[in-house]
Amino acid sequence: MSTLTIRNLHVSIEGKEILKGLNLEIKSGEIHAIMGPNGTGKSTLAYALMGHPSYEVTEGEIIFDGEDVLELDVDERSRAGLFLAFQYPVSIPGVTVANFLRTALNSRRRAENPEDKGISILDFRKTLKEKMDLLKMDHAFAGRYLNDGFSGGEKKRAEILQMATLKPKIAVLDETDSGLDIDALRIVSDGVNALSGDDLGVVVITHYQRLLNHIKPQFVHIMFDGRIVESAGPELALRLEEHGYDWVREKYAEAVAA
Amino acid sequence: MTKTNTKVRSKRYTASPTFGFTEETLNAPSNSPLGSYRNSAWSAFKEEAMPTTKDEAWRRTDLRKIPFDSFQFPADGAFNELAPVPEALLAPLVGDQHGGQITLLAGGAKVSLAPEIEKKGVVFTDFKTAEKEHPELLAKLIGNVVRAEDGKFAALTAALSQNGILLYVPRGVQVEEPLHSVLWGAGDNLAHLSHLVIYVDEGASVTYVHEAASPDDSLSMHAGIVEITVSDGANLRFVELQSWGSEIVNFSHERAKIGKDANLDWIFGAVGSRLTKNFSDLDLVGKGANGRMSGFYFADGEQHLDHDTQQNHLVPNTYSDLLFKGALKENSRSVWQGMIFVAPGAQQTDGYQANRNLILSDTARADSIPGLEISADDVRCSHGTTIGKIDPEPLFYLLSRGIPQEDAERLVVEGFFDPIMQRIPFEGVRNRFQEAIKEKLK
Ligand SMILES: Nc1ncnc2c1ncn2[C@@H]1O[C@H](COP(=O)(O)OP(=O)(O)O)[C@@H](O)[C@H]1O
Ligand SMILES: [Mg+2]
Repeated sequence: MSTLTIRNLHVSIEGKEILKGLNLEIKSGEIHAIMGPNGTGKSTLAYALMGHPSYEVTEGEIIFDGEDVLELDVDERSRAGLFLAFQYPVSIPGVTVANFLRTALNSRRRAENPEDKGISILDFRKTLKEKMDLLKMDHAFAGRYLNDGFSGGEKKRAEILQMATLKPKIAVLDETDSGLDIDALRIVSDGVNALSGDDLGVVVITHYQRLLNHIKPQFVHIMFDGRIVESAGPELALRLEEHGYDWVREKYAEAVAA
Repeated sequence: MTKTNTKVRSKRYTASPTFGFTEETLNAPSNSPLGSYRNSAWSAFKEEAMPTTKDEAWRRTDLRKIPFDSFQFPADGAFNELAPVPEALLAPLVGDQHGGQITLLAGGAKVSLAPEIEKKGVVFTDFKTAEKEHPELLAKLIGNVVRAEDGKFAALTAALSQNGILLYVPRGVQVEEPLHSVLWGAGDNLAHLSHLVIYVDEGASVTYVHEAASPDDSLSMHAGIVEITVSDGANLRFVELQSWGSEIVNFSHERAKIGKDANLDWIFGAVGSRLTKNFSDLDLVGKGANGRMSGFYFADGEQHLDHDTQQNHLVPNTYSDLLFKGALKENSRSVWQGMIFVAPGAQQTDGYQANRNLILSDTARADSIPGLEISADDVRCSHGTTIGKIDPEPLFYLLSRGIPQEDAERLVVEGFFDPIMQRIPFEGVRNRFQEAIKEKLK
């Protein structure tokens, strides 16, 4: 059972404040959705959580199972069990999906036990094939350079493949649905659903109700201007679907202007 | 008066870049098969001035601080008193065994060749043996591809090289097992000269791996000639590894002449030496000649690696493809200067050259100077060069998957080199390059 607690988080990029006191708590087994207009700071939250150096936390705290996440290096956060499926995954030329994932898995093993010899090639291949099958991916995928020349949909699938392999405790999926056609959306959602459960808490960042028809959140949050302004059950997403964000803007723009 | 102290001092270069060699050093009796070759090379050596940064080819490599006057030739048998060749260098790099192996040492050599290869008429031996056993062949083949007049260091090697290697594969002979040679330059203040003559006759084929190395602390110089002939319809895969110790100054003139429908796959790895100036040329002299050069280099500390390449398309319908990739750390510097030359009338030429550099520190520097000189109109030629640093975003991506900084950087660097690895058909050689990357990134 894991808990990620974000309290009064303020984050700036190049001196400009983007997150302005954000609060959120996620436990394993839960699925949360964060929705909100473009430019409101959703990806900023995701990056700050992983520790991207351009995102400066100026105030607040992030606690993961009692540990101060802000004190951890980027790789330590990952090994502690945090995962981010990037909105825009970058390519790593010359590094195959398989080589990359094996290195990532071995990093986890070595952090536990410095003497570890690494996962055997055979075990690794077996695991990888299993996960690729789960996401209905061609096995040839393993030999391709990571995200290099991948289509939008392939990139998103590769993100979920990594999540499946690395087994995080809390995963943030940043617009994993964008760029997916209906079939791919279903496959990716099925994959996420298969992985989510008692050991995994998921935060999906999305604009669209259509993803939430597949991945069913218990909690829906609306983010606006660097804060979470509304939190409720799945009905909140339906309300956004029907009415858009205008009412949110009206209700909270005043607070922003003030 | 500790040894360490004197060593550090002896590495300070003084300022006089002239060789101390005199005519007495010349071993060119008229009854030797190399007598006249060495005599005329000696004349060239005396005539050639020491290169300076005013010479276009040497603009970026300054020799002024190298104590050329302090280098001596090793006496016969000198190697007996010097650090021995590490066993690891003698292990096969291609496949699991050699067809033959030569170790060139300071003042000596060791030679072995499988009897079944020797029976096919293959000659793979050192010059001293060749002078006795194959005098005519050696005299006929030496100096045909690289000339003493090509430069000061070519002339030096041609005139005074104490030893060398002759590889001759007769017409139509396929050598299955790879041949291997190691040039081991142990000792201080020595001039190691080496001369490789490789001749693959019509329709023959062979794989040959040559490595030059020395202990890390020897302060010595090496000058070498590599001259290669790949005759009509012949095939040569040549792997050349430069693993000199960190205090060696190294010069080489290398050229391959490729005949009609002949193939040369030339793989080149450079991780060693304090300073290297290397000339490597392809002369495509027969229709359908195909030359591929794949270069890997990785410099750190104060290393200076200068590689000068030419792809000379001298007749129509020839193909050349060069890819050199290098990484640079700390205060190191690399120079790559390339030229594709297409002779008048050499139509239907395909010539490619690319040089990519990855800079891993604020003080490392790479110069990349491509060149095309084309005197035919129906050709396809292209060149591309890049010099860049590690991009922080891929690095963040890898870190965010739990991969520690050091491993993440190594992955990015390995990824950068992968296109070169893809061109190397030998796992052992790829592993060596991977190890070099790991070692350099420590
Ligand atoms: N690397 C960056 N440099 C400068 N500004 C940025 C950067 N990333 C995001 N921003 C700005 O921060 C704000 C929030 O962006 P983001 O977190 O990407 O929003 P969302 O994901 O909700 O669309 C936007 O105004 C955006 O322009
Ligand atoms: Mg976003």
